[in-house]
Amino acid sequence: MIGIDKNITLAYGNGGRLMHELIDMLRSKFSNKILNELSDAAEFKVNSTRLAFSTDSFVVKPLFFPGGDIGKLAVCGTVNDISMKGATPLFISLAFIIEEGLEFSILERITSSIKQSAAKAGVLVVTGDVKVVEKGAADKIFINTAGIGVIKKYSLGTKAKPDDVIIINGPIAEHGMAILNARENLGFLSTIKSDCRNLNFEVKRCLKASKNISVMRDPTRGGLATSLNEIAYSSNLGIEVYEKSIPVRANVRKLCDVLGFDPMYVANEGKFICFVKEKDAMKVKHAIGKGTRIIGKVTSSHKGEVYLKTQIGASRILPMLEADQLPRIC
Amino acid sequence: MKEDKIKLMEVCGTHTMAIARAGIKKLLPSEIELISGPGCPVCVTSQADIDRAIEISRIDNVIITTFGDMMRVPGTKTSFEDMKRDGADIRVVYSPLDALTISEDNPQKRVVFMGVGFETTSPTVAATIIEARKRGLRNFFVLSNFKVLFPALEALAGSSKLKVDGFICPGHVSVVTGTIPYAKIASHYKKPCVITGFDEIDIVKGIKRLVEQIKSHRCTTEIEYRRAVTEDGNIEARRVLDSVFDVKDSHWRGLGMIKESGLKLKNKYRQFDAEKEFKVKLPKAILPKGCICGEVLQGIKGPRDCKLFGKVCTPRKPVGPCMVSSEGTCAAYYRYGE
Repeated sequence: MIGIDKNITLAYGNGGRLMHELIDMLRSKFSNKILNELSDAAEFKVNSTRLAFSTDSFVVKPLFFPGGDIGKLAVCGTVNDISMKGATPLFISLAFIIEEGLEFSILERITSSIKQSAAKAGVLVVTGDVKVVEKGAADKIFINTAGIGVIKKYSLGTKAKPDDVIIINGPIAEHGMAILNARENLGFLSTIKSDCRNLNFEVKRCLKASKNISVMRDPTRGGLATSLNEIAYSSNLGIEVYEKSIPVRANVRKLCDVLGFDPMYVANEGKFICFVKEKDAMKVKHAIGKGTRIIGKVTSSHKGEVYLKTQIGASRILPMLEADQLPRIC
Repeated sequence: MKEDKIKLMEVCGTHTMAIARAGIKKLLPSEIELISGPGCPVCVTSQADIDRAIEISRIDNVIITTFGDMMRVPGTKTSFEDMKRDGADIRVVYSPLDALTISEDNPQKRVVFMGVGFETTSPTVAATIIEARKRGLRNFFVLSNFKVLFPALEALAGSSKLKVDGFICPGHVSVVTGTIPYAKIASHYKKPCVITGFDEIDIVKGIKRLVEQIKSHRCTTEIEYRRAVTEDGNIEARRVLDSVFDVKDSHWRGLGMIKESGLKLKNKYRQFDAEKEFKVKLPKAILPKGCICGEVLQGIKGPRDCKLFGKVCTPRKPVGPCMVSSEGTCAAYYRYGE
């Protein structure tokens, strides 16, 4: 039981404050030094090799959406979590929970996509599992992947440093809005595509360009605002971001406007933020390439909080997502 | 010399949210005060109307369809969200037409659309009802809790408790209504009105034009949102609205009963009237203790005057409706730290 809630509601899975409370409840049960870091991937040493290890489950609906599918997501999700640790992902596991009745042709499409995505990311699927459950016990197909990577250069932590500059590799909120548009049959003739893709090679280029990167994070569930809040909190430092520098494509912004969503809280699957010492910011920016933006900086004031400098120059708090965003009336 | 304060009310909830999101209040000169009005449709829906919808959701073989904003609004005993978790069939739709599709897909069930909103929303529901008749649907119903904005605006303009110097008027509603209904507010009540859009620049320009009117002692209706609003408004939308709905007296949270400020289905469309179809026993509507949503909606008090704000009442566990809606004043203050 968390607070006044007796049951787990969907809000416990949306990436916001409640999800963090749930994670913390689970973490305390298994508390150990590696787990307590709570980074995207666990880091540990075996003999003299430093490894990163991560797992993720995928329950996306619909299974196929503009820009990707559950298979591609299952590979990229784990590959990216390992990459955020500064590691090179090598091997992944693949487990299916299939609801009876799933057509073989759908499974075929998903596995082909997994094969393609794994090849693109340079990882091998080396172990796996299949379970079939009765109708209603799952929704068509759920996938779990876990992965192992090697830390070659240096590992990334969860704490930013004072005066770090924050860089993002492209426009936000595309995955979440693409899924929403596909799932709810909104009927918007939209060109929005999910940004789902593997980030390991971009991360590698960043690490090569600078030795002064402190944190990387892929802002998935809960969006950019949530990731920034997590880092401000774990670093016990303030963060200031500039609204006008945060890239959002016009079609994504419009759909957000129509539905009353704030793109800062919408999920991404192919974006990462990189906290780096100011002197190396341009090097990292160029290493990532086109579409990369400097969106803010770490400050020593208002510790643990994120502030947004709005378009018109006012400064206001950018809080953690409190409850699920709900589509509005008008 | 200390200048007199200029008190402007932004009527529309979407404006309240946009003002907070952009941080406009922080940049305004101290003599300009912005207060939030009753323009959040979820917030002004009376407790009894929410309770009625919740009671209907308890009936077997009924599907409730609603806009997302309504899900967490607390009724006297429970909310849609809690009812859904306990097994009631409540579905969020993005357009009232989606409710028709659900009706067609579930011919053995009765589908109710929870109708909440102002003149922006009601014409689309009127069109949906016309379409339902065209398709011969007999299992589709609308619970009409629609509100008409102007009678409430008049009540506020004439209020002795609330001394507003001018109104920042809603862009979306005005797209439908045009400027004519504002004439009385400006000429009779001597309150300048500026209709504006929802970008920060629109709002700031709207404020500027209001201040100019006040300083030069003018009281007229101006449009600072020409790209969407015309003097005549959307004549076709109003024609459709008037062909399906009649006005009725309606109870507003905070403002009480206001004459001719609500909409009911015309007699010829009564087969779609959920209130006629479902006779439910309502619990005694009890407003949550300590909640001052009513006063917030009248602009008499602000969210931070409420003892529950941010402590007992948060967007996750809202006590009053102003904390729920994406247009609610308390939600805007909570979210953007106003």
